[in-house]
Amino acid sequence: MTDVTPSAHPYANPVFGAARGFFWIAAPFVLIALAWQIASLFFPPFLFPSLIDVFARVFQILTTWSQFSSVLATALRILAGLAGAFSIGVILGLLIANFRVADRLLTPTLTFFQGIPALSWVVFAIIWFHGVEFRILFIMIMTTLPAFTFQVVGALRGMNKDLLEMVMSFRPTRPKYFTAMVLPAVLPEILTAWKVNLGNASRVVVVAELVGSSGGVGYELLQQQQLFDMAGALAWTLQLVFFVLLFQWILSLVERVAFRYRAISERS
Amino acid sequence: MTERHSQPAATARDEAAPEIQFRNVSKRFGTLTAVDHLNLEIGKGELVALLGKTGCGKSTMFNMIAGLMEPTEGAVTVMGRVPFREFDWFRGKMAIVFQNDRLLPWRTAVRNVELGLEMLGISAGERRARALRWLETLGLKGHENDYPYALSGGMRQRVSIARAFATDAELLLCDEPFSALDEMTSARLRTEFARLVRDTGKTAVFITHSINEAFDIGDRIVVLKRPAEIAHDIQITPDTPDHERERIRAVIHHSLSA
Ligand SMILES: Nc1ncnc2c1ncn2[C@@H]1O[C@H](COP(=O)(O)OP(=O)(O)OP(=O)(O)O)[C@@H](O)[C@H]1O
Ligand SMILES: [Mg+2]
Repeated sequence: MTDVTPSAHPYANPVFGAARGFFWIAAPFVLIALAWQIASLFFPPFLFPSLIDVFARVFQILTTWSQFSSVLATALRILAGLAGAFSIGVILGLLIANFRVADRLLTPTLTFFQGIPALSWVVFAIIWFHGVEFRILFIMIMTTLPAFTFQVVGALRGMNKDLLEMVMSFRPTRPKYFTAMVLPAVLPEILTAWKVNLGNASRVVVVAELVGSSGGVGYELLQQQQLFDMAGALAWTLQLVFFVLLFQWILSLVERVAFRYRAISERS
Repeated sequence: MTERHSQPAATARDEAAPEIQFRNVSKRFGTLTAVDHLNLEIGKGELVALLGKTGCGKSTMFNMIAGLMEPTEGAVTVMGRVPFREFDWFRGKMAIVFQNDRLLPWRTAVRNVELGLEMLGISAGERRARALRWLETLGLKGHENDYPYALSGGMRQRVSIARAFATDAELLLCDEPFSALDEMTSARLRTEFARLVRDTGKTAVFITHSINEAFDIGDRIVVLKRPAEIAHDIQITPDTPDHERERIRAVIHHSLSA
């Protein structure tokens, strides 16, 4: 259908292009939903509930403040954890990239931390601390800190040496060097790190919320498990997925604005 | 010759010393010797062409003058000071056109030219005006707001020349500044470069692979062996007779093709 008139490339028509783009975004999800719906015809609802029930629950969560506030609480916990891990990660990353001693001491420690399962941090947090929110924050930070730090170090070490020396040749002050060179050079990798860690954090947060919080997606999921309510479990899971998708989309928007200086190959 | 205004309380040492001095300088990278026991003095206001085969250590010499590299042996002094150790003292005093353009990809052409001026704390308006003037001089009017990816190789090189010259530094180091340009543009810029350097009394060292270019604009031609040590050091004046120029050309040619 495209080869008949070579001049009329399908992407040349914006409406067609947008529709096509949307189709490919939706296609995999439609496929999964379809498979699920078919399964629901053959299995009892506590195994595969109808999607109609699931969406009714999704709608209910979104429109009931007492439930929606749980979603918000979880989202805030994710963001707070990431912000905390990022702030500490930047400091540790700068230390590691600039001082050999810091590298020698911190890198193995963080690698060691990376091997500790999220559930262990949950146990430690319960034993060590009291406040629920603080426990969750602690767990979120400890689980995402190593990756964030390593990504910051990688970004700093990966800076183009030619550009770095060019900027240095003008003898900038430290703050000028940071804003003119370091920040723009590492920004792409930092944004990617946020995207990756967002995925990790959203998976850890539900585990962290088992520390005895009285709200949040993790807590609600536990309730659904006790009620054997599959539709509810799915609906709560979807809330978390929606949040991750929303935030990824925001990050992509930031990328598009921040990296407009990048050439786009016509081959890609 | 113009005076050095920017140098408060110049010491006797500063005045006595040549602008650039290599004393028995060697630079080794592992087992590779890039610069070998080099002795060279360049006086204030000189316009020196540096010729030498590829890989003979010319860029390495620049890196040492710029304070980006430390000599393995010997001493490099610029304006009587050690560039690698007294790094910040040279702020605004030297400008470098690198062999590759080294434009910041996240800045537009004009913002790239402004870079050096930002480091000197020049006001935003003045910065912009100077940058635009230099871009225009280099024939880049209309491309001020282009990102480097949208510029041709020669245009990028001209932006990098503008970036260095805009700071109005008294010492210019240019690593093959006109190599990626067509014959006409290159000839025009050479002439302008030579005029700028002479009119302002700046000191300039430029690396080139072209004997013609060296003759066109150099007052002095330094030919290097590989690894870098001096093969020839020749003064050229407007009254150097043609037969003498031809002889020098032949000698340099021989030395570069050996
Ligand atoms: N940072 C470095 N690490 C290791 N070796 C280096 C480094 N910089 C330069 N060299 C080596 O030193 C030698 C001289 O390099 P340099 O760049 O100074 O040559 P050049 O005279 O500028 O050559 P060209 O005319 O091709 O630019 C080369 O053999 C090069 O491989
Ligand atoms: Mg070179």
